[in-house]
Amino acid sequence: MTTATTSYIGTRAGSHALSDAFTMLRRNLLHIVRYPGLSMFTILGPVVILLLTVFVFGGTLGAGLPGVDAAGGRDAYLAYVMPGILLITIAGTVSGVAITVAMDMTEGITARFRTMAISRGAVLAGHVLGNTIQAIIAVALVLGVGLLVGFRPTATPLEWLEVAGIVVLISFALSWVGVGMGMQSKTVETASNLPLILTVLPLLGSGFVPTASMPGWLQVFAQNQPFTPFIETVRGLLLGTPLGWNPVIAIGWSIVIAIGGYIWSMAIYNRKSVR
Amino acid sequence: MTTPAIEVNGLRKSYGKKVVLDDVNLAVAAGTVTALLGPNGAGKTTTVHILSTLVRPDGGTARVNGFDVVREPAGVRASIGLTGQFSAVDKLLTGEENLLLMARLRHLGAKRSKIRVSELLEQFDLVEASRKPLATYSGGMQRRLDLAMTLVDAPRVIFLDEPTTGLDPRSRHTMWDIVRGLVADGTTVLLTTQQLDEADELADRIAVLDGGRIVAEGTPAELKRLVPGGHLLLRFADAAALASASTLLAGSTPDDAGLSLNVPSDGGVGALRTVLDRLDAAHLEVDDLSIHTPDLDDVFFALTGKKGKES
Repeated sequence: MTTATTSYIGTRAGSHALSDAFTMLRRNLLHIVRYPGLSMFTILGPVVILLLTVFVFGGTLGAGLPGVDAAGGRDAYLAYVMPGILLITIAGTVSGVAITVAMDMTEGITARFRTMAISRGAVLAGHVLGNTIQAIIAVALVLGVGLLVGFRPTATPLEWLEVAGIVVLISFALSWVGVGMGMQSKTVETASNLPLILTVLPLLGSGFVPTASMPGWLQVFAQNQPFTPFIETVRGLLLGTPLGWNPVIAIGWSIVIAIGGYIWSMAIYNRKSVR
Repeated sequence: MTTPAIEVNGLRKSYGKKVVLDDVNLAVAAGTVTALLGPNGAGKTTTVHILSTLVRPDGGTARVNGFDVVREPAGVRASIGLTGQFSAVDKLLTGEENLLLMARLRHLGAKRSKIRVSELLEQFDLVEASRKPLATYSGGMQRRLDLAMTLVDAPRVIFLDEPTTGLDPRSRHTMWDIVRGLVADGTTVLLTTQQLDEADELADRIAVLDGGRIVAEGTPAELKRLVPGGHLLLRFADAAALASASTLLAGSTPDDAGLSLNVPSDGGVGALRTVLDRLDAAHLEVDDLSIHTPDLDDVFFALTGKKGKES
């Protein structure tokens, strides 16, 4: 047997944080490629919701939108609901990352990582980056289905780029929340249920109907929860509705959520690491 | 070899009211194998987990390769490898991918990683299965891969937590050969086991852990000397012969049901001849004879006060 002579004693774990995170990302991407089942499943949900809302409820709901006449209801509703569906898609992948993390924490390999001189955040960052990539692919696919059934965005190339940017930012932020949920859950079942809260949030905002049509007490919540500026930003960029302060608020929320999710996840990871 | 590779002083750990480790002291010289022997629940795994920075001790100190496990965990982590009783492999990847993952996390660089991985696949007889998913691996193969992953960066100190539990006899011997090879290369090994023959086969020194304390420590030979367990076991055809032999040989204990007689002896040829001559002189026919020298089982039972294995 050959003995490696290099020793890493004294090397600070932090100096390799980035390369370790990418090693972990590579591992997670391999998992996704080998076992695409879970990833495909997270796309199925939003597509079903899209088809249901447009073809079953769309005619009636669209007719109720301000300034839309009854005949063009379905098309108008498709345009209205698409941004919300895209956010639901992102929220859906969060459930995927929570399940993956919860499963990973029970594996012996995670205990092995903890005995190695690798950066503490790298394991979690790998999950976050992996899920962000997955969310982008999922959003693109769901958007593709939308285009197939008649969604016609008016965005310029620059606006498309901005849409991509905000989708990446939101996905990254929500992925940290998903990792935290996965770490928090004692069982895989809990991990798959906790993120459902995120899937419901677009419904309690401007995702499916204008918030102005809701009762006053619900309006307060709907207008001030993070998903509404997310949806309004995407809607404004894709369809040219007024943006207002929404992009700024959306970016602000993303940063707050990402930092909050990071601190939460790392706290649990460190607590669970050393008993 | 001036400072021990592993140095444990007054180590304590409790979970709630349950005391798991109660003042454990242990020193392992560099380049040697020490077996931590004890029944389930003795505190073996907890000791290994503290030494590998997975668990924080309540009291006492532990140093591995000169680094304090609480204050310098990064130094410890860079010096050690751990192969636990539960396999620490990524079951969704292939064997080769698992090893490459380890090589990347040890920052070996692309070229050295590749060389090291193919070396390990060769050494651990995993070349053929290297591109197959782990679901197709046998228990022995997974355990070999597990150990290979630990060895990617040739750690100075290796912890093997019950490395052969659940393996068939052949895989067990393969594992033993691998461990001997590691020690020949100068690696320090701390091995936990509840199998006495394994400790006897591999270890330079054995520490017997029971109820969170080290109850005995020494070379296998030293431990065997602690317990007088040597005897001859003679079997007779009938109760009458057994009774006569029993009166003839002072200090012997008859077992009427088994028609056998336990005669304390050091097991040497001279002592054996004396006993047989006396039986011959009395015209007593011996059906069957066996010689028992004290083995680690005797030591284990005597020290831990238990019928060790099933507990």
